[in-house]
Amino acid sequence: VPAEIYLNVAVGGLLTGLVYGLMALGLSVIFGVVRVVNFAHGEMMTIAMYLAIVLFAAFKLDPLVMMVPIAAVLFALGYVMQAGLINPFINRPEHMQFILLVAVALIMVNALLIIFGPDAQSVQTSYSFDSFAFGPLIMDATKAYAAAAAIVVAAALFAFFRFTPLGTAIRACADNYAGALVVGLDVKRLYALTFGLGTACVGAAGAMLVLFIDVTPALGPVYTLLAFVIVITGGLGSMPGALLGGVLIGLTEALAGLFFTPSAKSMFAFGILVLVLLFRPQGLLGKRAS
Amino acid sequence: MSRLLAGIPLRGAVLLVALFAGLLVTPRFAGDYLLTVLILILYFAYVGQAWNVMMGFAGQLSLGHALYVGVGAYTAAALFIKFGIAPWIGLLLAIPLAVACGAVIGFLAFRFGVAGVYFAILTIAFAEFFRIGFDHFSWVGGSAGYFLPVTQYTQNDLWRLRGNPTMFYYIILAMTVALLVLCRVLLHSRLGYYWLAIREDEDAARALGIDTFRYKMIAVSLSAGLTAPAGVFFAFYYNNLFPEQVFHIARSIELILAPIIGGVGTLFGPILGAFLLTGLAETLTNLLHAFGVETPGAKQVFYGVCLLVVIIFLPHGIWPPLRRALGLDPHGGEPR
Repeated sequence: VPAEIYLNVAVGGLLTGLVYGLMALGLSVIFGVVRVVNFAHGEMMTIAMYLAIVLFAAFKLDPLVMMVPIAAVLFALGYVMQAGLINPFINRPEHMQFILLVAVALIMVNALLIIFGPDAQSVQTSYSFDSFAFGPLIMDATKAYAAAAAIVVAAALFAFFRFTPLGTAIRACADNYAGALVVGLDVKRLYALTFGLGTACVGAAGAMLVLFIDVTPALGPVYTLLAFVIVITGGLGSMPGALLGGVLIGLTEALAGLFFTPSAKSMFAFGILVLVLLFRPQGLLGKRAS
Repeated sequence: MSRLLAGIPLRGAVLLVALFAGLLVTPRFAGDYLLTVLILILYFAYVGQAWNVMMGFAGQLSLGHALYVGVGAYTAAALFIKFGIAPWIGLLLAIPLAVACGAVIGFLAFRFGVAGVYFAILTIAFAEFFRIGFDHFSWVGGSAGYFLPVTQYTQNDLWRLRGNPTMFYYIILAMTVALLVLCRVLLHSRLGYYWLAIREDEDAARALGIDTFRYKMIAVSLSAGLTAPAGVFFAFYYNNLFPEQVFHIARSIELILAPIIGGVGTLFGPILGAFLLTGLAETLTNLLHAFGVETPGAKQVFYGVCLLVVIIFLPHGIWPPLRRALGLDPHGGEPR
């Protein structure tokens, strides 16, 4: 196998990894603030993917352009879920929150199965088979656009949390729940906003991934797990950690697919998860919990 | 015997015996269809009870119990197909292997302080690891599936577990009853009280001098080992195994539904939950069928809605309030 194949596969994995990172960023933001693990994360992404597919099939709307409205729809879905379902569970035991979201995930994945059937669907844009060549390096256009969009969305999210009053208020809730209540923040509304932001991230990531992934309802649980693996690898609650974890897992999967067989690639992701849990349970960029 | 029965109200004991007697004579009246539904119900009651040992008693949430079912199923099936070894002997390897899997997961998690949600995700990760691993494990068929030879059911061969549904019905009934008795003994032993202490407040339990690591390890290993026979049953009852089916996360979720809906940590909860859930799901399937609707996924949406309703409105399951309504609350402090 010529050396540039490895390079090309690695770059492809890196670009996909950035989109994975955006997906995981959503999970990380939700956990970091609301302290609830969104077990329906991948399922919500498949909802976004099917939205993109339907919009493309019906109106020829490019998923990259539709990314913003799709993210908005997912924001609304996340907001309503947190406000209506999860907020009453905030003070319940962890396993009950978990099971609540497992139930939501079960309903979502099978509702998609009933509506769209089990067969894989995809989007073929005019640039589906384009690529950029830099000397020996060949880069898929779809992956390059998606990765660039993922960086833009992630940067916007960082800026939101860093520079806006609302973002600062949300960080205050994450740092000190009681303190946030004392200074008069509407914590429940901020939680709903945060959950919405997290699901908007995963919605945007879904709109990007349809460009180069065939969609089936069964992808939901697969991506939920992948998002967990990435977030735990990078450090739960750490935003740069989620992106780093995404790139790492994207790279690992791509190279494992090349060296072994593509169907075994997630074994390597799980292997990384186990290693991280054992030797650095706070994740690569996470802070050690006291 | 008297210790075993102590604390059960007379009315409860009578109802339990009546239920058991009813289940004993059912094959005399029931057709094959009803029998297969009952087998499914008892299967879910059994695995739910085995899961309950870990989550309900010791408070360790596992979302990867399909792993132990699969290890049990594949071990016994491989021994039978490759070497002609009967499943009862196969159990002697299937159970230790499942215990070993549980012990490895437990050791890694508890030694390194992986708890709560992280622990649950670790159990999923291991089950997924095995699913993909078995997909590529061609010695037992890989992703193409592994099949037990099916012969004419003219005679029941109890030793080799080849026979008609009635035989399998009595086997799973015996397994479920035996596990119920075992769980009652466990729950009222020193071990059981240690588990409950760990479940309610692990730090407090440790402060009282309970070796929490040791008793959590026992819970995980025991729960894994008790789940394995269900896998052996699964393999010989269905005669085919696919990694995508056996180890899939959907199986792990499916088998925790009955105890959650019935009541986590209660002895009768898994059984009640299995009857309610599987009974209703089969009714739903038949209704849809009668109206000519064949929708894959409808049953799972129904499961999801049941789970959602129960966790919102009856977070401790259906059995605890039902038990109170029936006036069956045990004397002397049965947990929950």
